[in-house]
Amino acid sequence: MVVEHRGLSEINGSLVILEGVKNPMNEELVELELEDGTKRTGRIVAIEGDKAVVQVFEGTRGLSMVNTRTKLVGKPMEMKLSPEILGRVFDGLGRPIDGLGEIYPQETMNVNGEPINPVSRVYPKNYIRTGISSIDCLTTLIRGQKLPIFSGSGMKHNELAVQIVRQASIADNDDFAIVFAAMGVKNDVAEYFRSSFENANVMNRVVMFLNLSNDPIIERIITPRCALTAAEYLAYKLNKHILVILTDMTSYAEALREFSSSKGEIPGRKGYPGYLYSDLATLYERAGIIKTASGSVTQIPILTMPNDDISHPIPDLTGYITEGQIVLDRGLDTKGIYPPVNVLPSLSRLMKDGIGAGYTREDHSSLANQLFASYAKVQDAKALASVIGEDELSENDKLIMNFGREFEKVFIGQGEENRTIEETLDIGWKLLSMLPRTELDRIDDKYLDMYYKPQNNIE
Amino acid sequence: MIGENIIYGINGPVVTIKGKTTLSMMEMVYVGNKRLIGEVIGLDSQKTTIQVYEDTVGLKPGEPVFGSGSQLCVTLGPGILSNIFDGIERPLPALEEQTGSFIGKGINVPVLNEEKKWNVKLLVKQGDELCGGQIYAETQETAIINHKIMLSPLLSGKIVWTCGDGEYTVKDIIAKLETEKGEIVDLTLCQKWPIRIPRPVKNRRTVSRPLVTGQRVLDTLFPVAKGGAAAIPGGFGTGKTMTQHQLAKWCDADIIVYVGCGERGNEMTQALMEFSELIDPKSGRPLTDRTVLIANTSNMPVAAREASIYTGITLAEYYRDMGYHTAIMADSTSRWAEALREISGRLEEMPADEGFPAYLPSRLSEFYERAGYMDTLSGSEGSVTIIGAVSPQGSDFSEPVTQNTKRFTRCFWALDKSLAYARHYPAINWNNSYSEYLGDLEMWYHDNAGADFMKCREEISSILYEENSLMEIVKLIGADVLPDDQKLTIEIARVIRVGFLQQNAFHKDDTYVPVKKQLKMMQVILHLYHKCQKIVALQVPISKILATGLFDKLVKIKYDVPNDKIEMLDDYITEIDTTLNSYLK
Repeated sequence: MVVEHRGLSEINGSLVILEGVKNPMNEELVELELEDGTKRTGRIVAIEGDKAVVQVFEGTRGLSMVNTRTKLVGKPMEMKLSPEILGRVFDGLGRPIDGLGEIYPQETMNVNGEPINPVSRVYPKNYIRTGISSIDCLTTLIRGQKLPIFSGSGMKHNELAVQIVRQASIADNDDFAIVFAAMGVKNDVAEYFRSSFENANVMNRVVMFLNLSNDPIIERIITPRCALTAAEYLAYKLNKHILVILTDMTSYAEALREFSSSKGEIPGRKGYPGYLYSDLATLYERAGIIKTASGSVTQIPILTMPNDDISHPIPDLTGYITEGQIVLDRGLDTKGIYPPVNVLPSLSRLMKDGIGAGYTREDHSSLANQLFASYAKVQDAKALASVIGEDELSENDKLIMNFGREFEKVFIGQGEENRTIEETLDIGWKLLSMLPRTELDRIDDKYLDMYYKPQNNIE
Repeated sequence: MIGENIIYGINGPVVTIKGKTTLSMMEMVYVGNKRLIGEVIGLDSQKTTIQVYEDTVGLKPGEPVFGSGSQLCVTLGPGILSNIFDGIERPLPALEEQTGSFIGKGINVPVLNEEKKWNVKLLVKQGDELCGGQIYAETQETAIINHKIMLSPLLSGKIVWTCGDGEYTVKDIIAKLETEKGEIVDLTLCQKWPIRIPRPVKNRRTVSRPLVTGQRVLDTLFPVAKGGAAAIPGGFGTGKTMTQHQLAKWCDADIIVYVGCGERGNEMTQALMEFSELIDPKSGRPLTDRTVLIANTSNMPVAAREASIYTGITLAEYYRDMGYHTAIMADSTSRWAEALREISGRLEEMPADEGFPAYLPSRLSEFYERAGYMDTLSGSEGSVTIIGAVSPQGSDFSEPVTQNTKRFTRCFWALDKSLAYARHYPAINWNNSYSEYLGDLEMWYHDNAGADFMKCREEISSILYEENSLMEIVKLIGADVLPDDQKLTIEIARVIRVGFLQQNAFHKDDTYVPVKKQLKMMQVILHLYHKCQKIVALQVPISKILATGLFDKLVKIKYDVPNDKIEMLDDYITEIDTTLNSYLK
């Protein structure tokens, strides 16, 4: 039984208030019909007696207090799903926009999802080779992980994401698919991703959700939820390995802030709502592997740090939820080093169990450790050199400086090359061979004897 | 009049009922037709406010709210250990059986397995007088933990009936008690206790024994006492969780309560997996035999996150009352504070610092004060040690949660981003950290580790301090210009940092180091230092000493000397002597 109401009692930002509603349900979906017959969608976000606060996804422009007709649908926001969603393009609310018609649903799922029982999770161990040295060696990506890219405006995060998709994907099996959610990104960016997917010949395995920068802001709050619902369906029902790319999480958080302030909530840091952490967690925590399915959901959220500030609430809270981060660096980017991964603050929390003998190679973990430690020393040497000049540095520090330069040029700045894990590790050893053996205190003698060959330096 | 209350408003996890109700403050309630679990957090003449511990999607006004007549309680009894619960003590494996891989709503499962039979031994007989908290039966809960079944601290009286020893489930009545008022109370294997009220004890003692963790930087430099409280603050990626896991695995408490409060799901799975694989060196049994996990991951409802800390500490207190040393790891208390903030915001309370409610400090102190070394009501002694991780926003230690935690803990292990970037783990900064327990523990170290433990510790700590001030100079002008005795300090400090403070959690020997070996390692390092000081005083250039390779050798002691062959360290002293004595002539 669907009841229609006429008229609204208040409009405030993207929120409208309905009065005299019978039996509203928390988070229920609401359809609004304007005077001219156009339809909009909203959902109930708060209820007080017979008053319901409705968040209108497409915005409230053109709504009339008198002549708007509203209909309570009687269920929370759901997404229609079937195996046919692969290769399709949807808007931010999960409605097809590629002109190929509606989806005939085999199943509908609540877009909010439900938390995975920690007991039912499988601990992710299977590494994904991305072909990018800085990631494979130092921040290894694991299937079922959520590993964000912290970037800044104008840096090459999109290129990096595409390169990961192109090289990681497709290597082994057919059960691989990509869910791409764009939140408030420019048309060009969406187009770049689309054409890159086409060039990599994976378009028939991509589900795209587009909420572009000129689309309604409030819709953005739903976009990642639709995308993740699709991902969960593909992974847990159809047993596929899903890579979810969410870009740009900063726009998402800003949409949330706008929504929160129009609701009159008490703001937390920088005006973001106090529940930003919980809210982001309900997205990121939807990555993982469960026991009852052979598929997996791996997430690469991309966010642009406002003013390149990693302590800004969005990257800060994201870092507390995700299992590591890949941080891009403005300095490397301007030097023309691609991908401009700053390895020191970058981290993959799950890599320790997915590397080493049986996964990559037995020396991987000590090598990675040593590279980190030595590159950290490069920073100290650089700081000293900027005070006293490079000529005044001790011999040892000069060697370290040299190592740092080569490391940035060869190891990090690999360009479009697709490296195997052995190539990556061997390059790492070659670089370490530029340093005296006494400097390598993180590596067991066993591996030093095997791999450390000071004579074969990089030319 | 229970059952007449009707939902009026819904805002996120907060539900209101209009008008006066018969519910009482902090009462546990069942909300809506699905009977979601909630708690009354506000009462006035106009409305009753309830926070709901489950997702409120689909809830409607007009649905009923049922009172339970009691505060939010946990069930305490055999079967808690080795289990994993959510924030309000619902067993996750049982939830999985009911709703599959995703956590559904309104599920009511018994906390403890009601079918399992425990082999119970009665310790009282008819006619015995019992006071609150006394033990009346026991059962072997796991291979290493003997579960003592105690009378609720609120009861006392005379036993009027007991059954014989034998196999019973947690619900079976094994004894009857007549209280002073003449009421007959049935005693089973379990009891309930409200989570927000500390369990009573006879007497609080001063702390005198350390919680031995096997982590050198902690045991040696910044020890925490059994019954003490420590805070681990650190930004993301500095290794809070890793440190907590290491402590949970290796510290010498009898019982570990690990609370994953608003943290990652995969991490909880990892803890679950690792704890069941790892064998406790003391008992030869899997670590799960002494561990209980509470997992309220960040995407589970926020109100249950707020409760999870209290659930955890109540379980820890319950085992303490049996006479065990328990340790609770709370990862992370910041998430808990944020849950407070979130709920406070929904209640439209006046915010204080950074939007946190004004009662944040009092809540934190209430929590940390539940740590302590106690004489229990059952006549034994036990302790609760709290180790709370703090996740400061933007790694800024001046934010309210870190600052207030600092006020209520006496041990502060500051994790440092730059150490973590250099992959120096555990990334505990020795300049910012402190422990106020050193004085209390001096005697223990003297008796159990060695008479000169504190002396060595002090010297190590002063070398590190000296290095810190020298590094200020080095940063400006480089290390080459320093005189040789200062260069020596820097070199020996490097040995201490890399060879002693850094510890590899993945190395079979290095992951846990007994206190005696820690002392011996310090002695070897200091022996080298003293020897070199003498040589440098004779104007022998330091480069010559470095060329002997002794320093690099000492750095690798941690890998080269197994824990059960501490005497090997004496060979290092001999080697130092034979190598360096030639310079002294």
